[in-house]
Parts: sequence; structure tokens; C-alpha cells
Amino acid sequence: MESEVTTSTTAAFRAEGLTKVYGTGEATVYALRGVDLEVPPGEMVVLLGPSGSGKSTLLNILGGLDSPTSGRVFFGTRELTAFDDRHLTLFRREHVGFVFQFYNLIPSLTARENVGLVTEIARQPMPPEEALGLVGLEQRMDHFPAQLSGGEQQRVAIARAIAKQPNVLFCDEPTGALDSTTGIVVLEAIARVNRELNTTTMIITHNAGIAAMANRVLYMADGQIQKIERNPTPCAPDQLSW
Amino acid sequence: MIKLLRPLNRKLLRDLWAIKGQALAIAVVIGCGVGMYLMSRGMLLSLAETRAAYYERYRFADVIAPVKRAPEALLEEISALPGVRRAETRIRAGVILDVEGSSAPITGEIQSLPVIPTPHINDIVLRRGRYPDPQHEEEVLALDAFTEAHELGPGDHIYAILNGTRKRLTISGIVLSPEYIYAISPGEIVPDKKRFGVLWMNRDALANAFDLDGAFNEAVLLTSASSSEDALIERLDSLLKRYGATGAYGRDQQISDQFLTNEIKQLETIGRILPPIFLLVATFLLNVVVGRLIDTEREQIGLLKAFGYTDRAVATHYLKMIGVIVVVGILIGVALGTWLGRGLANMYQDFFKFPFLLFRAPLQVYLVAIGISLLVAVAGTFSSVRRVMRLHPAVAMIPPPPPDYSRSARWIEHLSGWIDQPTRMVLRHLYRWPRRAAMALLGIAMSMGLLIGASFSMDAMMYMVDISFNVIDRQDVTVNFFDPRNDRAIYDVLHAPGVITAEPFRAIPVVLRNGPRMRRESIVGLSPGAELSRVVNTNLQPVPLPPQGIVLSDKLAQLLQVGPGELLRVEVRTGRRPELDIPVSGVVKTYMGTAAYMDLDHLNELLREDTAINGTYLLVDPQKTDALYRELKNTPLVAGVSLQEEAQNAFYETLQDSLGTFVFFNTLFAGLIAVGVVYNNARISLSERGRELASLRVLGLTRGEISYILLAELAFLTLLALPLGAMLGYLLAATLVKSFDTELFRIPLVISPSTYGYAALVVLLAAIGSGLLVRRRIDTLDLVAVLKTRE
Repeated sequence: MESEVTTSTTAAFRAEGLTKVYGTGEATVYALRGVDLEVPPGEMVVLLGPSGSGKSTLLNILGGLDSPTSGRVFFGTRELTAFDDRHLTLFRREHVGFVFQFYNLIPSLTARENVGLVTEIARQPMPPEEALGLVGLEQRMDHFPAQLSGGEQQRVAIARAIAKQPNVLFCDEPTGALDSTTGIVVLEAIARVNRELNTTTMIITHNAGIAAMANRVLYMADGQIQKIERNPTPCAPDQLSW
Repeated sequence: MIKLLRPLNRKLLRDLWAIKGQALAIAVVIGCGVGMYLMSRGMLLSLAETRAAYYERYRFADVIAPVKRAPEALLEEISALPGVRRAETRIRAGVILDVEGSSAPITGEIQSLPVIPTPHINDIVLRRGRYPDPQHEEEVLALDAFTEAHELGPGDHIYAILNGTRKRLTISGIVLSPEYIYAISPGEIVPDKKRFGVLWMNRDALANAFDLDGAFNEAVLLTSASSSEDALIERLDSLLKRYGATGAYGRDQQISDQFLTNEIKQLETIGRILPPIFLLVATFLLNVVVGRLIDTEREQIGLLKAFGYTDRAVATHYLKMIGVIVVVGILIGVALGTWLGRGLANMYQDFFKFPFLLFRAPLQVYLVAIGISLLVAVAGTFSSVRRVMRLHPAVAMIPPPPPDYSRSARWIEHLSGWIDQPTRMVLRHLYRWPRRAAMALLGIAMSMGLLIGASFSMDAMMYMVDISFNVIDRQDVTVNFFDPRNDRAIYDVLHAPGVITAEPFRAIPVVLRNGPRMRRESIVGLSPGAELSRVVNTNLQPVPLPPQGIVLSDKLAQLLQVGPGELLRVEVRTGRRPELDIPVSGVVKTYMGTAAYMDLDHLNELLREDTAINGTYLLVDPQKTDALYRELKNTPLVAGVSLQEEAQNAFYETLQDSLGTFVFFNTLFAGLIAVGVVYNNARISLSERGRELASLRVLGLTRGEISYILLAELAFLTLLALPLGAMLGYLLAATLVKSFDTELFRIPLVISPSTYGYAALVVLLAAIGSGLLVRRRIDTLDLVAVLKTRE
């Protein structure tokens, strides 16, 4: 899949009538009920909503991990929903960075090597050292996950996600397993990446306080976007009320 | 039904269902061990019991005393010897048989039947037909195996050359005999039903034919249990000396019994060596699978304990799981063992001629098999279950910290510039869990070793036959004469059609003594420049016979504990019966029998006889064999003919039938072990690392790339296991060779490169198959779940 720079006139993501249904008959669950969405490039978007509101399903579909039951998703000008598994893998490989709630680092690789795992297969990666520098872990590069704190592990995960210079960064509850001080350090790393690399960033969280650092906040409930708020003056993570 | 079960038992069933492939793999390996044990041990006991019952019921002689000719009146004296329960006399002689449709002469034996219809000692089992009518001299009984091979039945005719006279005989009945369970012609290595026949004829008629009216040439005896057989043999020998006794011998020296004993010994070896290997592998597998399963269920264990289940209740839960696997394994083993045992019994029934042979493993054999399996289960899972008991609920419910790889090997760090991250993961993983890797390695290596151990015997046998028939005994035909003849007899034979070369030999019965060690053997005298039947040194190079002294086969030298240069007492049991001290002038390699050789001229000189020979070795023109055979059948002085090619073919056939089946099953079992080990390892790795691998998929690694991380480890271990497996195979083969070393034959430790290659191929295929199975599961990894679940 050829790399294509998304211009400001094209949305980073555009979703049309996304529906996701799990199960059949009595057990049918509507995870998404006709979601329409546009995310401009370079924006920081926060998805808020209770459990089961469809946040993760939406993120998974945008990230190429899952496919909708109906509706279409465009990444730039290309239709993701038309991709087969191989192309979705390539899409994730080249354009998407993921940060998980539980870090999901490879325990047998050091911080530097965990990042290297991704940069080795990316097209235009930054050196792993630079990515780790961005998240403030210059001094801990040769440590194994077992030797790092939770916050440090999550920052390695962020470095790993952004080292390939992705177009978008998806973070699913990035601070869910962390205390507030550590959480803020992690959010600072995410904000810095968004600012300095202009990476479109989408964060799922339960924590409404985090919304203040976003350009755009999506409130989800019952598989639908209830409300979109635009925030012309996002605040810095250390200003957040946790 | 599920509803009736308590929740914990329901969990047990579902857990077992989830690991059904692995559980079955372990059960099958246990089953192979149990089955192999039941089969070999049960068959061994069935065979030994059948033999004992057969011998008992048909009163197989304890001691056999052949003579040249002794008066019937001597029977009284023999019966009066201390230790004799009962004695009988008989006539037994070699014959050449001629059956329509077989151009080659057939070697056989003919025995006398007493006037009262059945012999008391060495009784026979009448299968079909009737005993010969005393009024009809030409009626005979014939051995079942032989008549079956030639499709002969009561009423059919057969020609025999009795003491130089060709006679037309009528078969009146078909019999089995405890003396010919293993119906083999003397000097051969495998029975050839077609080429060895035995007949029973009325005593008077046979005595007429062999000029033995009122005389006998063999006494058969039953001994009383308490007496010494050796002492009796000494007494018999001195009593019968005057009558040309070649030396009485016990039942254990009787050829059929010797081969049968050899077979039982082999079964014993198989039963002793192979099942433990399977069970050891099963122990490994249980250890690995259960240990790792418990690691992945850590949280559940903590949860159960937190709910108030006792340590014992939780441990019992896992013990039940192990129990189910072991019980299934035992069931598979019992079914397999019984099935294989019955098959083997049929094979034996066909091969050895028993009037009855049932495969019946006694209860204690089953109990031992079950007991051993339970031991295997305990040994394999003890540490894991203890870990379950000791786990504190609070600790168990906190996810374990990521495993610490910081103390990984320096050398991996030095490779930094050379290897990519996935390879680094593979290496660190191996280094971090060395015991696990070692177990997998050993398991795979053992399966390969087993394959080599099972299939090398083919190589060794082929090699043995090749050396025996193409290096040592290169003659096409061996002709035995009735009595020693002047060496001019050879010229008569040379003139027979198709004979290219003839070389004389003389075989004399002797007793060899070195101190207390004694052997009854034949010394074969060969002409000095013999080109056909030769002796070879331990490097298998043909060596000339030294003009003086006696040359022993390595096995005989070992049995007599005598070496070159030492003197050996030789008591000749023919002619003037001299007793001589002869130096051992060499030790030669033989794979079959326990031969002793001398220079023919030197032998005759020592016997102070003119050059006399017992027979000749012939090299013949293959185009003219029919004419030659016709001539030999009609030559009165010929007592027996053995054909090298036929012997070789019979050997290969037997090899294919018996050993081929054995090798096939072992290959199957070893393949199962290989799959069991490799598949289990791959499968467990997948379940342990599924989350890690799915995360990598999310990060954009392709299926191929993550398959590499999982399967490269397996491939690495498999490749590393190949040389180790080759070594284990060599060791196993060496052990088997040692335990198959008998007086009858020795198997050389020869493993052909193709056997190593074949074993490696089976292991590789098993590994590739397992890899593909696991690879299919990689394709269905749930990527979405990874984002949410923690370890």
C-alpha cells in the first residue's frame, strides 16, 4: 500500500453509517448504531462514555482491527472497509500506532528493542532512541519491562507506537492502569507527540477530566455519538483536574 | 448430564475439552508405552507358558543322546541310569525329499514311530489324517508347516531318498511336534517351511531302510526333576561312547528350543527397553503440559481459593484432570496391547507351529502397567500440583509481574547488530526457560532415537546377511554326505552338471573344554586355499586358515574364555575318539552360530585318518541348476543339500514379515511421540504467548512474522534435537545389539545413513505438521480481546 500524505482538506478519518452487531436472535447486541464521524488530521480527539457505549468498537474499526457490520470507513481517500486482512495489516503497520491499557510490551525485549520491533518493519521510522527521548526515557532504554514502573512501561508503549511516525495514534484507556501522577506524565508524552509530529490522536477514556486536553470530545452512549464538543483552547496535561 | 455435575467438575470437563488435542497426545504416548509393555510382556508369558504346556503335555525330551548305532537292548541300561525317569529309543536320519513341482532338493529328517502308535517321549499332535498302517511300509506322517507350504495332504505322495534309495511315500497324516516348533534345518538361520520337511515312519520300515534292525541311533530321555542333567549326560556319554555317540545334550541345546528361547529373550528385551522410553516421554509431557496449564490458570486458582475452596479441593481438581488423561492413556494402552498381542500371537502361530497359542496377559501384567502409568503421572505432575497447593489466593489473583529477562545471556547482547527483534525474542525466550527448552529438546530427540533404535535392526540384519553370504560363505550349494568319504568323492561331484568349483569340508562333532567351561560343537575343516567358504578376521577381511591349531569364532572364544595361543582340550566324538590339546591359532568374526575351524589336512592328520570329507561347497552355473538338482537328488551319498540363495530369500522374507511389522509399529509410535512432543510444545507456547503475539499483530506484524516468533523456537529445538536424537538412537541400538547377542546370532551395530535420514525426516515431518496445526490457530487469534484483557 503506497504511503499517501493526507492533506488538510481531507479528513484523517471519515465514517459513514457504521453499525456493528454481535450475535443473532435474542443475543443480538448493537455495539454501534449508525455512527457518522469525521476526524480532521492532526487533531487530538477524546472519546468519552460509559462501558458498553461503543467507544472501543469504534476505535477498533477505525484502527483496522475489526470490521463493521455495515457502513463505510475512509482513511484519507481510501476505503478501509474494502481492505482484506493483508491490507489491513499493512495499514496498521504503516499508518497506525496503538497504545494499550495494559502496555502489552514484549517482556523478552528491552525498551529500545520493543521500539525496534516496530521500526524494523516500518518505512520511515525515527530511531528508537529518538522515540524514547520523546517520552522522556533516554536513561532507561536498555531496561527490560520487568525493570520498569507501570508509567515507564506505558511510555515505552507510546514510544513504540509513534516511532514509525504513524498518521494516527489510538490509545485505549492509556492511563487506566496508572495513578494520577504517572497518568499525567503519560498524557504529556501523548500530547507532545500530537503537537510535535502532528499525529492525529484518538484517546478512549472513562476519565472525563482528560477531555480538557482534546481539540474535540465525542460523547458516546448506546452505540451512538450523542454529542460532539469542540475545544478551541485545549489545556496542557499538567493542568488537568484528575 | 452436565447439570448434575458440580461446577468444579464442569470446569474440569470444559478445561479438558479445551486441551483435548494435547491431552490426547499425552494419553496416546502413555498408551503406546502401556501397550508395548502389555504386548511384549504378555506375549513373553503366553509364549513361555504355551511352550511349557506343550512340552509337558507331549513330553518333550529333557536329554537327547544321538549315537551311530546301538543295540536296542541298551535301552534297559539307559533307563536304569540315575536321574532317568523314562527313556525311549528311536531312529532319526537326514533325508533328501522330492516333491512334485520343486526342482531343488529339499533337506529333511525322518524319524521312527514306535509300533505302539504314539511315542511316549516327543509325542506328536495328529492334526489331520491317521497314523501309518503298520502293514503299509510306505505310509508316513508329515510335519504340518512343510505340507502346508507344498499344499500336501493325507493321501498325497512324496519321494524320499532313504539311505541312498529313492522311495515313494504316502502321507497318511499331518502332525505337529514339540521338537519342531521352530522347524529349521540344521545350519540355517531362519526356518523355511518349503525347504525343510520332517517325516515319521513306522520303526520297522525305517530300520529296514537304514540297516538298523534291532538297533537305534538316538535315545530320548525324560529326567527326574531332582537330578543333575550334567551328571546324567556324562554317564550317558560314557555308556554310549562305544556306539559312536557324538555327545548327549540337554533340551536347551535342541535347535528348535534354542530359537524359541532366543525369541523369548528378544521379547523380553523389547519389553524392558522400549516401554520405559515411552513412559519417560509421557512423564516429560505431563510435566510440561500440566505445569504450564497451571501457570496459565494461576488467577483461577487464586479465585477458587478466595471463594473458600481448600488447597486440597483445588489440588484434587487438577489431579482429576491428570487422572482422566492417564486413565484414557491406560485404556488406549490396554486396547492397543491386547490388539497387538493378538496380532503377534497369530504371527507366531503361523511362524512357530503350536497346537494352541493364546495371547493372554495375566492380571498382574495389567496391574504393573497401570501401576507404572500412575507412577508416571505422579512423577510428571508432582511439582505442579504442589505449586497449586502452595499458591496463596492473594498472590495468585495479582497478575504475575512480567517475566524478568534482564539476566539474559551476554552472547545474545553481542549479537545485537546481527539479529532482528523477533529472533532476539526467540533466543531470550529459550535462554529464560532453559529447563523447558531442554525437555522439549530431549523429548524430540528421544522420539528420533526410538525411530533409529527400531529401524536400525533392518540395516544390521541386511549387513549380517551380506557379510555371511557374500564374504564368509560364498558357495551356492552345500552338499552333505552321509558318511565321511574319501576326498575323491569330490571329483564325482565336480562332474555333476553346472558345477564350476567344488571345495571339500569335513565337520566332526567334538566337545571343547577350557577348564570348567565346556561346549559341544563341530569343528569344520576347510581346505587351506578355500575360496568359497572362508573365515574373516574381526575387520571382516578374509584370512587364510593357519596350518596348525584351531580357529574359533569370536562368540565361541568368548563363551570358552580362551584366546589365541592358549590350549584348548578337544574331545573328538567320532572315529577313534582321540582327546587332544590344540592351541587356539586365531579368532574370527562370525555373526551366526559358534563355529570352530581347522585346516582340513591338519584335522585329518590329527584324527590319523586318510583325507576324508563330509561334503563339499559348490559354485554352480545358475543356468544349469535344474540338471544339477536332479543329479543331486539321485546321488546316493548325498544326505542333505542347502541352497544359499533359497536360504537368503527365506531370511529376507522372514525379516520382512516379522521385523518389518515390528519396525512399522515402532515408526508409528515414535512418530506419535514426535508429534506429541512437538505439538504440545507449540500449542502451549501459543496459549502462553497468544496475547503477546496478538499485540504484535495489532502493531502491524503479519501472520508470517508472528508465526516466525513462535515456530522459529520450535524449529530451532527440532534441529538441535536431530544430532542428539542420532546419538540417542546409536546408544539405543548399541543396547539392543548387546541384548540380542546370543549363541545363535549376533547383530552387528550397523546403522546406515539412510536410517538416520529417515528418522530425521519423520521427526521433521512431525514438527512441520505440528507447526502447521498451530499456525492455523495463529490465524484465528483474537486481536480485539488483547486490547482489553490483562494477563
